Amino acid sequence: MRIGVVTFPGTLDDRDAQRAVRFGGHEAVALWHGEHDLQGVDALVLPGGFSYGDYLRSGAIAANSPIMTEVVAAAEAGMPVLGICNGFQMLTEARLLPGALTRNDSGLFVRRDQLLKVERNDTAWTSGYSTDEVITIPLKNGEGRFVATADQLKQIEDENLVAFRYVDVNPNGSTDDIAGLTNARGNVVGLMPHPEHAVELGFGPSTDRLRDGLDGLPMFTKVLEQIAA
Amino acid sequence: MPLVIIEVMPKPEILDPQGKAITASLARKGHEGIAGVRMGKRFEIELDEQPTEAKLAELRTIAEDMLANSVIEDVVDVRVAEHGESWDAR
Repeated sequence: MRIGVVTFPGTLDDRDAQRAVRFGGHEAVALWHGEHDLQGVDALVLPGGFSYGDYLRSGAIAANSPIMTEVVAAAEAGMPVLGICNGFQMLTEARLLPGALTRNDSGLFVRRDQLLKVERNDTAWTSGYSTDEVITIPLKNGEGRFVATADQLKQIEDENLVAFRYVDVNPNGSTDDIAGLTNARGNVVGLMPHPEHAVELGFGPSTDRLRDGLDGLPMFTKVLEQIAA
Repeated sequence: MPLVIIEVMPKPEILDPQGKAITASLARKGHEGIAGVRMGKRFEIELDEQPTEAKLAELRTIAEDMLANSVIEDVVDVRVAEHGESWDAR
């Protein structure tokens, strides 16, 4: 599979995301925010960082950048799109996922090895996990507190849109411990923690199950082009 | 230059950690009677000419769609600046 990784000014995890795509057995295609060309990729990753310095709101300017016209159209046509951290913020700002990410309740930038429960393994990006599997991947952000309107929370509950939930510690005050969402179709997934930083043996956070830092890799090995509607 | 001022505030129910940090700092400095601070944004938009009603409507749309995120923020004011209110008159 050819998986595009979009770089915006201020993106910083694009190289790690490209590397994770390669470790997952796919070809990584570098895409640039100012273009209108997805270069025929089969799936897209919006990586983490601080696009446009997080000016206005995190992800807001990026969500209005040229390539997002094509990203939104591709997502609406069913292409797998994964947003990590700043990429998740872009997906909410682009209205591809409900809610918003706001400043952590502690007021602090938080970096920790985070336990997550995989609540949906039937999305384009999560079929490598089992339902309710608990994984450990790094989390690092200042604006990761998920909030949503009452209507959106009802939609999230009714349509079962929570893909990942924080376990043990809610690091930022996110509503209902929400760490990541999917859209109803299951092709668009966004999460605050960073699976691309846990894809190489010995370099991700260790777990007591001796997987030694590989808990993010299934996100990149099993990317489904077609998912059951 | 004609100027339009747009003000955006976090919704009342949204936690504002920046405002809370400012409130705590003021209390530490000994300022009494300050129950709380909420922090918002003010945008000053410079125009080539006096805005028509259509231009003001366009700016209201920009405010709602881009300058504010309606999930977490409210546009509390969109107005043409009074004489002397623009940055080049300050």
